Amino acid sequence: MSGSTFSSTLTLAAGGVLVCAVAILWFASVRAVIQVVAVQGIALGMVAMVLGVHLHDPGLLAAAAVVLVVKGVVIPLLLSRASGGNFGSRESRPLVNVPASLVASAMLIALAMVTGRGVAKLVGSTAGALVPVGLATLLIGFLVMVARRRPTFQIVGLLMVDNGIALTAFLCTAGFPFLIELGVSFDVLLGVVVLMVFSQRLRTEFGDVDLDELQELHD
Amino acid sequence: MALEAILVLPLLGGAVIAVGRGHRSAAWVGVAANAGALIIGMATAVRVVRHGSISGAGGLLRADALSVFMVIVIGAISLLASWLGIRTMAREQEETSGLRARATVYAVLVQGFVACMLLAVLAANVGVLWVAVEATTIVTAFLVGHRRTRGSLEASWKYIVICSVGIGLAFLGTVLVYLAALHAGGHSADALNWTSLVAHAHRFNPSLMRLAFALLVLGYGTKVGLAPMHSWLPDAHSQAPAPVSALMSGVLLTVAFYAILRFKAVADLSLGPGFARTLLVIAALLSLAVAASLLITQRDYKRMLAYHSIEHMGLITLGAAAGIRLAIAAVLLHILGHGLAKSVLFLTSGEIMAVEGTSEIDGVRALLARRPALGGLFGMGLVALLGLPPFSLFTSELVMIRAEFAVGLGWAAVLAMVAMVVIFIAVVGHARHMLLGPSPAPASPSPPRWVAAPLIGGLAVCAGIGVFAWPLSGLLQAAARVVAT
Repeated sequence: MSGSTFSSTLTLAAGGVLVCAVAILWFASVRAVIQVVAVQGIALGMVAMVLGVHLHDPGLLAAAAVVLVVKGVVIPLLLSRASGGNFGSRESRPLVNVPASLVASAMLIALAMVTGRGVAKLVGSTAGALVPVGLATLLIGFLVMVARRRPTFQIVGLLMVDNGIALTAFLCTAGFPFLIELGVSFDVLLGVVVLMVFSQRLRTEFGDVDLDELQELHD
Repeated sequence: MALEAILVLPLLGGAVIAVGRGHRSAAWVGVAANAGALIIGMATAVRVVRHGSISGAGGLLRADALSVFMVIVIGAISLLASWLGIRTMAREQEETSGLRARATVYAVLVQGFVACMLLAVLAANVGVLWVAVEATTIVTAFLVGHRRTRGSLEASWKYIVICSVGIGLAFLGTVLVYLAALHAGGHSADALNWTSLVAHAHRFNPSLMRLAFALLVLGYGTKVGLAPMHSWLPDAHSQAPAPVSALMSGVLLTVAFYAILRFKAVADLSLGPGFARTLLVIAALLSLAVAASLLITQRDYKRMLAYHSIEHMGLITLGAAAGIRLAIAAVLLHILGHGLAKSVLFLTSGEIMAVEGTSEIDGVRALLARRPALGGLFGMGLVALLGLPPFSLFTSELVMIRAEFAVGLGWAAVLAMVAMVVIFIAVVGHARHMLLGPSPAPASPSPPRWVAAPLIGGLAVCAGIGVFAWPLSGLLQAAARVVAT
């Protein structure tokens, strides 16, 4: 892969991750959000794949395959099964409304640019210049977690945080040694599965609730 | 082989429980397996203190004095918890009218939980350490939600969401450390190995390392229960079955703290002691303030114990901030003492809750007169936890305070002591309500001897190591040398 093709495909893929993050703020339906987060997972896998091809690193290519399968296919499928039949459900009363979330996301991206500059300089190259994109995705994931109240949205927010961290990791260090990468993906998958099990239990126990209606425990 | 055996034994115990479908004798095999891990851990400790660190599983596992010390803590408390877990399983079977499936799942998960913690402290690589700590979150989420009440569901949701975010930040911190290590000339395969980190730390990029360490403290600190990321802790600890609370409070928090200790050593080598000290002092004092203010108005005795854990995590964080060898040795002794006393208290509170049917402080009266054994255990446990002699927490708190004065953190130690006095008064007030008073009826029968024995044993060991530090002193000093500045 020539230098310029490499840097433009890498930028495209990493940009895709961030675009998906902002898009998730835009949508209110559970179905749309699950689809967008699947696309985000695929874009993340593409980042790893482009880097792997460029660096001729088989371990990274294997990691890319794991990311594509786990985050692009398995987790979204599980998520849509967990919210099965409940696709009509929407985030009707978010704590922060859509326009305000979009403004906030712009500010978070600016913040990521500022804080990521130091790391970017140290890594150098095209990959390093994209590190703020990973941090921005992470911060927008946090925003989704605090601003939305449906259980599925909180799981999606957590996935976004995780994708942002994974993107930063790929860009900074071209991935961990494969064994650790595998362990990390496995943990993330299990974590999401556990959350989905609990969101189902929450639904059978409390009915179709928003998370801030959980008020059993307090001091 | 010893390290592999330590990891495999609890898993084997879990397998036997699964095959035996939660039968009582299978559960005892699980207890024996944990005891075996503890004994091998002690034998390994002797070897490590004499001959230095050992590794296993093709370099994936490594045990220095700090690791084996943590293995002993985990082993001792998992022995207590799985022993009393048999009681929990029996009650569960009564509730589900003889169905053993849920009790089996419970016991198998507990064994898996113990194995994950052991892996965390025996991992040679800080990436594997991260994977193991994250795995504990996943396993314990099911254990916290085990009772499937509304409260426990809410607690486990909060627990897994907050801790996943925290542990995600710790992962980002680990990535940055890895980046720093690669830039300092480490090889990708072993750059995250502890030995390689320590060897190259002085060449790590300082600004990167500052960001990394801040993220690591924030991330693993969430799991330790340090303020302001503590909000999951009282909910999870009060809702989980008693043996699980004992394991979480007694060891899981300190396993996460172990990760901070390791990274602090790396940060100190690359940045000098000032940066880590500032961060840890802030986290410690905040935690102490939160614990003190919320303990005063506490109405639930399991939550009271949970906030008490936040206090003790604050104390050891302050001790770690001091960072000299004396301080670290005291921190480690405190980890063991707190683990023993707190797990005995949680296990006793499980018994109290089972017979009294409430976890409200107001719902329990005159316990010493009505149920002398349970009341006595609960009272003695609190005496230990409040740092009174002869228990080892007295010694370790005293030494930590001395070390803090020695490095110029005297002001922080004074603030900590103020918080400790407030907590002392608050807890004694609550305990007086629960324990003292005339009994309306004659004393009820005590719990069976096999239930009381491990609890008394735990407190006896806690007192023993307070009075005779000698069996541990060599190990403590060797462990402190690993990470002290």
